[in-house]
Amino acid sequence: MSVVLESRALSKRYGRRQALTDCTLSIPAGRVAGLVGPNGAGKTTLLHLAVGLLAPTSGTIEVLGAPPPASPEQLARVGFVAQDTPTYAGLTVADHLKLGARMNPGWDAGLAQRRIASVALDPSQRAGKLSGGQRAQLALTLAIAKRPEYLILDEPVASLDPLARREFLQGLMEATAEHGVSVLISSHLVADLERVCDYLIVLTESRVQLTGDVDDLLASHRLLTGPRCDMAALPAEWHVISASHTDRQSTLLISTADPVGDTTWTVDQVSMEDLVLAYMSKAASTPGRNRTLEVQR
Amino acid sequence: MMWLTWRQFRTQAIIAAGGLALMAIILAVSGVHLANQFNASGIIGCQAHGHCEQVASNFLRTLRGSGYQVVFLIAAGLTYAVPGLIGVFWGAPLITREIEAGTIRLAWTQSVTRTHWLAAKVGLIGIAAMATAGLLSLMAGWFANPVYAATAKAGAGPSGLNRFEPAVFGVSGIVPIGYAAFGFALGLTFGVLIRRTLPAMAATLGVFAGIQVAWLQLIRPHLLTPLRSIVPLDIANINSLMTNPGGHEMVVTASVHKPGAWILTNQTIDAAGHPFTGPATNACLNGGIQACNASVGRLHLRQLITFQPASRFWTFQWYETAIFVVVAVVLAWFCYSRVSRRRLT
Amino acid sequence: MKRGALIEFHLDGRSGVSPYLQLIQQVRQALRLGMLTEGDQLPTVKDVVGRLAINPNTVLKAYRELEYEGLVAARPGVGTFVTRTLADESLAAHGELRAELQRWLARARRAGLDEESIEALILTTFRATMKEAI
Repeated sequence: MSVVLESRALSKRYGRRQALTDCTLSIPAGRVAGLVGPNGAGKTTLLHLAVGLLAPTSGTIEVLGAPPPASPEQLARVGFVAQDTPTYAGLTVADHLKLGARMNPGWDAGLAQRRIASVALDPSQRAGKLSGGQRAQLALTLAIAKRPEYLILDEPVASLDPLARREFLQGLMEATAEHGVSVLISSHLVADLERVCDYLIVLTESRVQLTGDVDDLLASHRLLTGPRCDMAALPAEWHVISASHTDRQSTLLISTADPVGDTTWTVDQVSMEDLVLAYMSKAASTPGRNRTLEVQR
Repeated sequence: MMWLTWRQFRTQAIIAAGGLALMAIILAVSGVHLANQFNASGIIGCQAHGHCEQVASNFLRTLRGSGYQVVFLIAAGLTYAVPGLIGVFWGAPLITREIEAGTIRLAWTQSVTRTHWLAAKVGLIGIAAMATAGLLSLMAGWFANPVYAATAKAGAGPSGLNRFEPAVFGVSGIVPIGYAAFGFALGLTFGVLIRRTLPAMAATLGVFAGIQVAWLQLIRPHLLTPLRSIVPLDIANINSLMTNPGGHEMVVTASVHKPGAWILTNQTIDAAGHPFTGPATNACLNGGIQACNASVGRLHLRQLITFQPASRFWTFQWYETAIFVVVAVVLAWFCYSRVSRRRLT
Repeated sequence: MKRGALIEFHLDGRSGVSPYLQLIQQVRQALRLGMLTEGDQLPTVKDVVGRLAINPNTVLKAYRELEYEGLVAARPGVGTFVTRTLADESLAAHGELRAELQRWLARARRAGLDEESIEALILTTFRATMKEAI
């Protein structure tokens, strides 16, 4: 199994601000990896490092086997859609396709035309006049039609309405299925990513809190509800990620390799959203302080 | 990459081309008339020194305040302004506009490296900049040719054009090309350092103008060591004569006839070689202008000048152009290395 | 000419059942109801993810599971095709069971149970009985 993105102790600092600290990742190929974290966590920094727009302060990062951007060949193998899906306001849709064709040797003009037609974009329309959803589709087309092996997207659906969001993800998944690209997509909303991701990275306050296959992660975490308990009396092999207590009841989210045999606890599956929120609040909380786990739907 | 550079530069190129075309038409039309007038003035065939001076001076006098002067002022003004404008409008926004719009994240993640992207833009627009300035200088120079020729034949006096003089040197020959390259590179550098369009434009304008002024005052006069010369004061060339109320002091200034030279300093000295400060002659205190001038003539005053001879005009042009182009290349190299080391986003 | 898909999948985000299991259930349901028969092609992975915006691996996993159960077979480069149906029981037996159920429902209503009570009775008995049967 090859690795599309590998980083070791990757850090990035701007002046006194530490944007990314000690990030070690190893994302396998063929996955749709979701990078989740609150705003300001360092997601954009990590993605910019991955496409070579930034240089690391310390540590290493390799994408498709080479530190980005190693060469025009490596640039050609990675497609990127930046935050707010930037496009040239003064250029038309057709101009953008020409841009793609001239600047990418691997450009697939037929694919680009088909995608533009399928999302009903007018080629003579200036990009500045397009809606947010249309611009996002244009930016996605530019990234997909260069036929990359790896697609990296920075919060592409954050400012889109639900319909545009759904259409964008449909187009992205269709392209993934058709061309077998690996994907890395970031968002600060878990709901966006729940349906599409099979690999998860949780990033908060410049550090990686959790990373792994979604199936493995969901299988190795449990949500336990039961009578109010003493935290010190819990089994050692239970790694408590988050806990909340009322007078009568305790709710724990634990990570464990073994099934929970103790019948005083009601055991439930965790959802990806529960998992992410638990790890995000674990990073933020100080030890010993009771925190109510909020799940937003 | 060439297509994209052209497509993004298209509007500015059209404006520049339009401006050049307009200037060309104006200069061509009036230039032909000026040339005809020059040919008819009789300066070309004249032999006798005194006669030539007369004819040339007459010709120059007719030009004063004429439409030709206006045309030349416009052309010269434009040639002066263009390098600065290029720096502000072509150089500074080159990178900053893409950074501010975020499109640089699109441009630098295609299959073209950052340095290739920059090299293509700097190459194409840099050449366009130098060509624009060069063409303007060429056209203005062609237009003003008759005036230069007449000035060379005419005597010392305020009329006429001297290419070597500071006001005109910067719009003649090839230096505008150097200025344009420098202005463009300066704008680009401020864009790379400041990363925001309006501050970069302002900084480019300020620094460019400042450097032009400083160069003029401090450096150009000394590119080659000026020559010194002492000539007798010719009362026919007296420009001004002033006395103070008591008559203890008198200041006389006169021009020196050195066609095509750049006179840096001009001091009236007495027979002993000291600067002449007075006292005023009786004739100048009490008599008329003719008597006053005659009395000054009897003082046998001289003029001490430092100057750059006319023969050095092209040397100065090449030196100055070369220096500005070299500085431009250094600045461009700095920008190139900043971009390649990813110190921008 | 592209053939239209024979069935379309949908996902219930709140059912608590994982997406790939829902896809499997929907294929089995379609087989049971006769909407899919032997030789029919399942929707392509590309079409499914293009409509549902889910990970292609989810669909692949579901199709692999169905293949493991012997219900479908994948033909590389062509698609995934049904090899066996679940409508094994004869229609008559179905009809017999359905009629018996209708009679029971009439009795339950006559006994005074409302709809919710009937549904709860059915579900709890179903679950308890199925557990015992395992």
